[in-house]
Amino acid sequence: MDYIVLAISAILVNNILLAQYLGNCPFLGTSKKMETAVGMAFAVVFVLVMAGLITWIVNAFVLVPLKLEYLRTIGFILVIASLVQFVEMFLKKSIPALYAGLGIFLPLITTNCAVMGVCLINVNEEYTFIQALVSSFAYAVGFGLALILFAGVREKVLLARVPRPLQDTSIALVTAGIISLAFYAFKGMV
Amino acid sequence: MAKSIGQEFVKGLWEEVPPFRLVLGLCPALAVTKSMANGIGMGLATTFVLFFSNLLVSTLRGVIPPKVRIACFIIVIATFVTMVELLMQAFTYRLFLQLGIFIPLIVVNCVVLGRSEAFAYKRGVLHSMADGLGIGIGFTLALGALGGVRELIGSGTILGHSVFGASFEPFAFMVEAPGAFVGLGLMLAFMNLVGKK
Repeated sequence: MDYIVLAISAILVNNILLAQYLGNCPFLGTSKKMETAVGMAFAVVFVLVMAGLITWIVNAFVLVPLKLEYLRTIGFILVIASLVQFVEMFLKKSIPALYAGLGIFLPLITTNCAVMGVCLINVNEEYTFIQALVSSFAYAVGFGLALILFAGVREKVLLARVPRPLQDTSIALVTAGIISLAFYAFKGMV
Repeated sequence: MAKSIGQEFVKGLWEEVPPFRLVLGLCPALAVTKSMANGIGMGLATTFVLFFSNLLVSTLRGVIPPKVRIACFIIVIATFVTMVELLMQAFTYRLFLQLGIFIPLIVVNCVVLGRSEAFAYKRGVLHSMADGLGIGIGFTLALGALGGVRELIGSGTILGHSVFGASFEPFAFMVEAPGAFVGLGLMLAFMNLVGKK
């Protein structure tokens, strides 16, 4: 039961993009087309779950026993960067179809603050291993959900007549604000 | 076209100011600008990291092999971020608590990595220092301005001082998540309006 609450809270109430403001660069960068948004969403789910688990293990079995918590930032970013590289090589060799689908989004994930952010949240909240697994997955699903919804809206906005200064990124941010307002309604649910 | 050191500094203040002109580093810009003080604090922390990572990357640019440059940049940046984190924990503990996980997240701020990649790796040390400082201060001003607007409308205060008096009903929308997006979007539109003659 607790896990369901945790999942709902991570997907809807504390949506990583719209309530915690993490991962906004790919949010705006890859949401112009539905295809790229879907690709990015899947790449994030894949990497975020793995990164969440591995950083949890690194933190619990390496950093804490050695009293090296202050190296967390460096340690986590190294884990994430090498993980992304590894996943890229692995997919290229063994599942080329998936690799072609995710394409350029994989390397970009290294600098996606949602990944690093969730890893830090897992550690700061002192989640257990299973909780970290659930929260990583749920945050990633929340990311994908918001990204795909936003891409859908943005494709419609492209056809609308927008005042010149508001074009492109500006109107995208205002749109994101309105979607965020919709997600805001979930506040207090959990 | 080579610019002088002074011009490299100044361009960060208006011409290429993040997050408006270079749409990078949005996450901290949205997340910490609930108040002006937080925005400026975050901006200064980022400036510190930008300045020193630009300095070090440009000093080491002959040594870093191109193939693994991104990994090297990230390690340089992560080192300075850890320094900022520890310094802030020691000297500005309240700000440290308010900014929370966004201080370690400077490491994945695309502005910092972007400057290493696009500028410091190719240019001399002095130019890179000027560039880092300029972009950093531009980022600080932008975050301060956005924080100021959101704080003024959302809680009726500037840097914690009441502006409108007790009868003002704060428009709390602006300090919540949706207001961050809308506020940044409108500021971007304003910049476009002023910038394009």
